[in-house]
Amino acid sequence: MRSFASGAFAVAPVLLGVAPFGLVTGLAATEIGLGMTEALGLSVVLYAGASQLAVVDLLGAGAPVWVIVLTAVVINLRYAMYSASLAPLLSDQPIGRRAAGAYLLTDQAYALTVARSVGAPDAGDGHWWFYLGVASTMWLTWQGTTVIGVAAGNTLPPSVPLGFAVPLVFLSLLIPSVSDRPTLAAGLTGALVATVGVGLPANGGMLLGALTGVGVGYVCSQRCRV
Amino acid sequence: MSRSGIAWSVIVLSGIATFAIRGSFLLLAHHLATVPPRIADALRMIPAAALAALVAPAVLHPGETFTPLGPRSLAALVALAVAWRTRNLLATIAVGMVTVVIFERFLP
Repeated sequence: MRSFASGAFAVAPVLLGVAPFGLVTGLAATEIGLGMTEALGLSVVLYAGASQLAVVDLLGAGAPVWVIVLTAVVINLRYAMYSASLAPLLSDQPIGRRAAGAYLLTDQAYALTVARSVGAPDAGDGHWWFYLGVASTMWLTWQGTTVIGVAAGNTLPPSVPLGFAVPLVFLSLLIPSVSDRPTLAAGLTGALVATVGVGLPANGGMLLGALTGVGVGYVCSQRCRV
Repeated sequence: MSRSGIAWSVIVLSGIATFAIRGSFLLLAHHLATVPPRIADALRMIPAAALAALVAPAVLHPGETFTPLGPRSLAALVALAVAWRTRNLLATIAVGMVTVVIFERFLP
């Protein structure tokens, strides 16, 4: 149980960043006319901030369901990477815990748990409890700030371009994900293709940008010899 | 389908898909000691590519026209510097929002 508390404490500084993210998510939902139930539904069922913002954006633009779902999937594919890194740490846990862990998976829960495991590789159940401490605290914070964001969304002045907060959140997530030449190549390609392809239907520009970005980045990772 | 119907369809479908992604290794391949390195390399590219593909058009092409030197692009550059130096989301949003409001005021 000490591991749970240590997880909750470890995530506390991160929450300072998560809170505005949740607020922006709630605000963005109201901007396009979603109600509290739908906004909270997104935060509870999807529980993935970057994709929530993109979903809200596309809902507001009237995109078809399949386009929005596909976009969310592409943005959330990074969770596969986290799942893979986390799995060895939780491999002895019963399936119920692993399922709960999967639902609660976020960038931060993954990062903190894996980082801690480097110093304490044989912690057994400790990994699970630490992870749960981080992940459940984040979940509560996320839902709470979403609610506040929705409630506040209807009271802010229209002259503030709230919509710009969304790309700012993405930007601050983007910076740490670029750490070497291949990821830089991936990012630049994604940015270029998505911008050039802005006119493509069905959010094709973004999807094509992500696809080509991954392709170029992968090739670079095999050849660039950072 | 009504707007609410569309919203809920999206919520449920993307929720299920995302849970499947999150559970992929945790639920199905949890005894794999390591991910094959090539797959790991490819997965590592996804956040950078996807996030960049989201940021760039919103910042460089906010409306109908390509505005590489508009208030949003310049404010984003400032925010990028802040994000790079501080790795702090709150600071990035705060500086970015203040900057864009100022630039929209004073740039033609």
